[in-house]
Amino acid sequence: MFQVRIHGRGGQGVVTGAEMLSVAAFLEGKHSQAFPSFGSERMGAPVVAFCRISDHEIRLREPVMEPDALIVQDPTLLHQVDLFSGLSKSGFILVNSGKSFAELGLESLLHTHPINRLATLPATEIALKHIGRPLPNAALLGGFSALSGEIGIDALLEAIGDKFRGKTGMDNKDAANAAFHLVQEKMRHAATA
Amino acid sequence: MLQQLEGSRAIAQGIALCKPEVVCAYPITPQTHIVEALAEMVRTGELANCEFINVESEFAALSVAIGASAAGARSYTATASQGLLYMCEAVYNAAGLGLPIVMTIGNRAIGAPINIWNDHSDSMAMRDAGWIQLYAETNQEALDLHIQAFKLAEALSCPVMVCVDGFILTHAYERIEIPDKRDVDAFLPPYDPVQVLDCNDPVSIGAMVGPEAFAEVKYLQHRKQLRALELIPEIASAFSARFKRDSGGLVKPYRLEDAETIVVALGSMNGTIKDVIDEMRNEGHAMGSLAIVSFRPFPLDEVRAALVDAKRIVILEKSLSVGLGGPLSDGVRKSLSGTGIKGHTVIAGLGGRAITRKSLMDLFVKAEKDELELLNFLDLDLDIVNGQLEREKETRRSGPVAENVLKSIGTVASRIA
Repeated sequence: MFQVRIHGRGGQGVVTGAEMLSVAAFLEGKHSQAFPSFGSERMGAPVVAFCRISDHEIRLREPVMEPDALIVQDPTLLHQVDLFSGLSKSGFILVNSGKSFAELGLESLLHTHPINRLATLPATEIALKHIGRPLPNAALLGGFSALSGEIGIDALLEAIGDKFRGKTGMDNKDAANAAFHLVQEKMRHAATA
Repeated sequence: MLQQLEGSRAIAQGIALCKPEVVCAYPITPQTHIVEALAEMVRTGELANCEFINVESEFAALSVAIGASAAGARSYTATASQGLLYMCEAVYNAAGLGLPIVMTIGNRAIGAPINIWNDHSDSMAMRDAGWIQLYAETNQEALDLHIQAFKLAEALSCPVMVCVDGFILTHAYERIEIPDKRDVDAFLPPYDPVQVLDCNDPVSIGAMVGPEAFAEVKYLQHRKQLRALELIPEIASAFSARFKRDSGGLVKPYRLEDAETIVVALGSMNGTIKDVIDEMRNEGHAMGSLAIVSFRPFPLDEVRAALVDAKRIVILEKSLSVGLGGPLSDGVRKSLSGTGIKGHTVIAGLGGRAITRKSLMDLFVKAEKDELELLNFLDLDLDIVNGQLEREKETRRSGPVAENVLKSIGTVASRIA
């Protein structure tokens, strides 16, 4: 079972991100389960959502406490919330930021985690460019696909298209695709560096 | 068709397949997406011949359902938490009048303190109202139970609550098989009422009954529930034959073979319990579990038959009978009377506290060592409790408990579980 935890703030599409990830996994024929951290959701408040992906039926109903991957939609949470709780040393970390891990004050992660499991991505900028609104979830999922390989970009684009119809759907797919290629390029660069 | 859906939306699709003629709801918290989705389906015409009535309160929601059902319409509503309490009087009336309304409870806690999260306090508060209560383990089962609920309700002319864990199920996306319309039509024929307000054949419904026959009318309600003990397995097996999957029934045993310790629970926590049992079985522990689907009527004989060879029973409950223990334990203990089997009540998951594998594993190991009390509280933070008891001892005017406790623990926004 592969477990993802998405951290962000109310209004950034955290819950929708987990939902689209679960739909993408479903489209790939896997079992998946997505659910929000249960609370009074309001704009700007820290929000967590979870997604489990498995080849078998998922019966577990606890929150994801030992994630295999962490997606951070809002970098202002980095030093406020215990984001990295339970994350394994081989876990993936994707942060929505144009800065590097060192610039974000997270250089310690570079020593504890394999370099090919870490990436930052300017997802809000990508979203503004393609969607015109600061909604980074689709871009982050595209980046997550490239970083982890846990979900295919094709299934992801289909899931995004299921959720958002028409132009909004196209724009979100463009954002995801752009992010996918950007992270893929970054990983290639990191591997040869 | 297999789909990845939010629990509430899937349940709404299941309800629509049952072709309700009246859906009424009070649309604000504590409500789920179920009625929102049904309202959309009525508006678009996807759910035809159905009137969606937006009412002014939960009391009105069930009162309208009572009127609609008495007029011969297949009627549905949904609520939870304080909303269910607000309709309490109508809950008893629907059962007392014998009207086959189906209502979803998206289970949530009851305040005070204010809390919007999941536990079973709401439906448990209505356990003796005369409704049948079925508890779903997964969203697939939740959808399936609604289809069975209409059949059961109408066969008996008795209302049915389908209890679905709020958030944990209602807000979770998972794969769900949406049944074929033709199968549902064949399984659930149109509603044929045993009593109906009909201008051409007038009757009155809702007589005043004095001491001369009140007990008899109530006893007949009880007889209906006893009849439900026979009907529920029949309907579940007819469902399984047509839809090719098992859902519902009275109880669901899991790995009971040679089990010395058996865990009994209601609803979605059975999934996590099964994962823990598999893990412990792999390490040689003789563990099993029994999910209770039908809490009202309570299947005393089936529970006894499932548990009778165990050494000890752990009853996990998401509801606290303040001053006594847990309502599920009352039924389980009654079913075990005379056997001498030890029963341990464990109150867990109140107000949305996560029930984790780790906590369950520790709990079950303690149970095996016979270290549990009659009544236990899972993951109770004694520092918080004792801090408040200290404050109360020190000062007469120690202030409001909830506020004191929150002050003492500081912000919790950063916690995962």
